[in-house]
Amino acid sequence: MQVTLTRQLVRDSERRAHLDARYDRIFRGVLKFCALLVLAALLGAALSTLWGGREVLFGQGLHFLTSDAWNPVKDDYGALSPIFGTLVTSLIAIVLAVPVSFGVAMFLTEIAPTWMRGPVSSAIELLAGIPSIIYGMWGLFVFVPFMSGIEPALSATLGRIPLIGKLFQGPPLGLGLLTAGIVLAVMILPFITSVMREVFQTVPTRLKESAYALSSTRWEVLWDIVLPYTRSAVIGGIILGLGRALGETMAVTFVLGNSYNITSSLLMPGTSISSSIANEFNEAVGVHRSALIALGFLLFVVTFIVLLIARLMLHQLARREGK
Amino acid sequence: MLNSCKTFAAAIIVASTFGMAAHATDVTGAGSSFVYPVVSKWSATYAEKTGNQINYQSIGSGGGIAQIKAGTVDFGASDMPLDEATLQKFGLGQFPDVIGGIVPAFNVEGIAPGKLVLDGQVLADIYLGKITSWKDAAIAALNPGVKLPDTKITVVHRSDGSGTTFNFSDYLSKVSPEWKAKVGEGTAVQWPVGIGGKGNQGVSAYVKQIKNSIGYVEYAYALQNHIGYALMKNAAGKVVAPTIATFQAAADTADWKDAKNFNLLMTNAPGATAWPITATSWVIMYKQPRNAANAKVVMDFFKWSYEHGQQQARSLDYVPLPQSLVNQIKNYWKTDFKM
Repeated sequence: MQVTLTRQLVRDSERRAHLDARYDRIFRGVLKFCALLVLAALLGAALSTLWGGREVLFGQGLHFLTSDAWNPVKDDYGALSPIFGTLVTSLIAIVLAVPVSFGVAMFLTEIAPTWMRGPVSSAIELLAGIPSIIYGMWGLFVFVPFMSGIEPALSATLGRIPLIGKLFQGPPLGLGLLTAGIVLAVMILPFITSVMREVFQTVPTRLKESAYALSSTRWEVLWDIVLPYTRSAVIGGIILGLGRALGETMAVTFVLGNSYNITSSLLMPGTSISSSIANEFNEAVGVHRSALIALGFLLFVVTFIVLLIARLMLHQLARREGK
Repeated sequence: MLNSCKTFAAAIIVASTFGMAAHATDVTGAGSSFVYPVVSKWSATYAEKTGNQINYQSIGSGGGIAQIKAGTVDFGASDMPLDEATLQKFGLGQFPDVIGGIVPAFNVEGIAPGKLVLDGQVLADIYLGKITSWKDAAIAALNPGVKLPDTKITVVHRSDGSGTTFNFSDYLSKVSPEWKAKVGEGTAVQWPVGIGGKGNQGVSAYVKQIKNSIGYVEYAYALQNHIGYALMKNAAGKVVAPTIATFQAAADTADWKDAKNFNLLMTNAPGATAWPITATSWVIMYKQPRNAANAKVVMDFFKWSYEHGQQQARSLDYVPLPQSLVNQIKNYWKTDFKM
C-alpha cells in the first residue's frame, strides 16, 4: 500500500515536471517571438526606408550626404542642412533640459516636503501627455513673439562675447534653431525628470544616512552618493529624451522656420529631418519623394549613431569605475 | 405559416430593391486643398438636390494626381496642370473648376493694407534677396508719397509643396529672367532667402507676427485673417487691387482658346484690369472611364457647379469661371470624353 502510494506520487511529480518543462518551453517561445517581433519591425522599417530612398541614396550617393542644396525644381537634393538642424536643436534641448531635470528630480526626492512630491510629479508627468502639436501652436503664438522680444537683448549681451558671440547674432525673428531647441527642451523635460526621480528613489537610505552621519551636505550626498549609484540609469533617461528630441516633428515644424540653410547663428531659421518630411511629403512625387524617404532612413542612422556613442560612453564609465 | 414567410421575404426583396434605387451614387475625388472648401460646400448642396454623394479628400495635388493615375478615385484635382504627354499616356483629360487669387501679404508699420504697390520685378528681387530694405529705390519708385521705413525685409514662403507656390513661382519666372534661371517654378522650390510657414495658415501667422515681413497667401486667407495685402502693377502696366472682378478679368483675357486640354496658367494675364497672380485648379478624369456611371455623376456635379454654384463660390472668396470658358469646357466634354 505504502509503496504504491509513493510510486503514485513519484509518477505524479514526474508528470508535473514534464508538463512544467513543456509550458516553460512554450512560454519562452512566446517571449522570444515578442522580442523578435520588435526587431523585425525595426529592421523592416529601416529596410523599407532604404528601399524607398534607393533612387537618391544609391543614385546620388555621397552627394546626398555632403550637399546642402535642396532644389525640388532641378531634383538636386542634399541632406546636410536637415541633419545639421536636427542635431543642433536636439543638442540645445539636451543642454537645457538635463540640468533642469536633474534639479527637479533632486528637489522631489531629497528636499521637497512629502505633501508636495505627489502633485509636482503628477504635473510633470502631465507635461509628457501634451500632444506635440499643442507645443507647436503654443510655440508659434506665445513663445515666438516672446523670443523676438528678447532676441535683440541676447544679441547685445551674449552676442558680444568673443567666440560664442556668433551664435547669438542675427535678425530677431523669434523663430529659429534656438527657439526650437527651447521648445524641445520643455518637451523632453518630463521624460528625463521621471526617469531620474524613479532611480533616485532606489538609492538605499542606509547609504544616504551614512553620508549624512559623516556630516555631508545635501549637495555632497547627491553628487557623491546618489548620482554615482544611479549613473547608468540617469544616462539612460537622458538618451531617452535625446531620442525623442531627434525625432520630434510637429512642434519643431512650427517654430524652426523651415529654411534649408546652415548658419553659425542660433537665431537663424533652419530645418530638421522630420520637419522636412512632414512639410513636403504631401506634394512630393518621383525623386523628391525618394529624397524624403532617404531622409527618413538617415534619421534612423543618426539616431543609431547617437545611441551608439551613448553606449560607448556608458561602457567607458563602467570600465573606469572598475579600475 | 410558410406562405406568410414567403410574402415577408418577397416584401424584403422588394423593399431592398427600391432602397437601392433610391440610394444614389457615391463618387470619390481627391487632391488639391485649394479647392477643398468650395468643393465640400458644393457637394453638400448637390447631395441635397440629387442624392448623389461627392466625397472629396483634400490630400494635396500630388496625392490627387497619384490617386487618379492609380485609378482609386473617380476624379483627381490638381493646382498644377498635367502636360500633354502624361495626359496621353494615361488617357486622362483635365478642365478648370474654379478661380482664386494669390496676394502678396505684408506687415509693415505705418503702411495701411492696400496702400503698398509692387510689381513682378520688385517681388522677384525681394524673393531673390536682392532687395533687402523696405526703403529700396525700386519700391519707393512704385510708391510715391508713401513713407517707407528703412528696415530689413523678412521674406516668408510656404514650407510645404503647394499649388499656391507653383503659381507664385510661375509668375515670378514669367516676369524675372533671373528668377527663372536661378530658382524656376514648382510646387516647392529652393528659396534663396526667407523662412517657411506650413500652409496658408502658417504663412499668415508668420506675416502677422513678424514685423516688416512679406509673404504670399490665397486671397481668402488674407481676407479672413485681416492681413494687409499689396496692390500689383500688372502686365498692362496698370495698378490693380485683388478683387473678384480683377481675378475674373485675368481668366477672361487668358488665352484659353489655344490651350490644348486647358493646359494654361493665368499668371501675368495681359488684360488691363487683370490681377497678375490668378490661379485655377484642374479636375482630372479618365477620358474613357472604367466606371462610366460614376464619371457621369462627376461631370453632372461640375456642370451643376458651373451653373448653380457661383454664389457659394463667391461667398468663400473664390471666383466662378467666366461663361466663355464654361462653354469651352462643355464642348471639350462632348468632343474628348467617351462614356
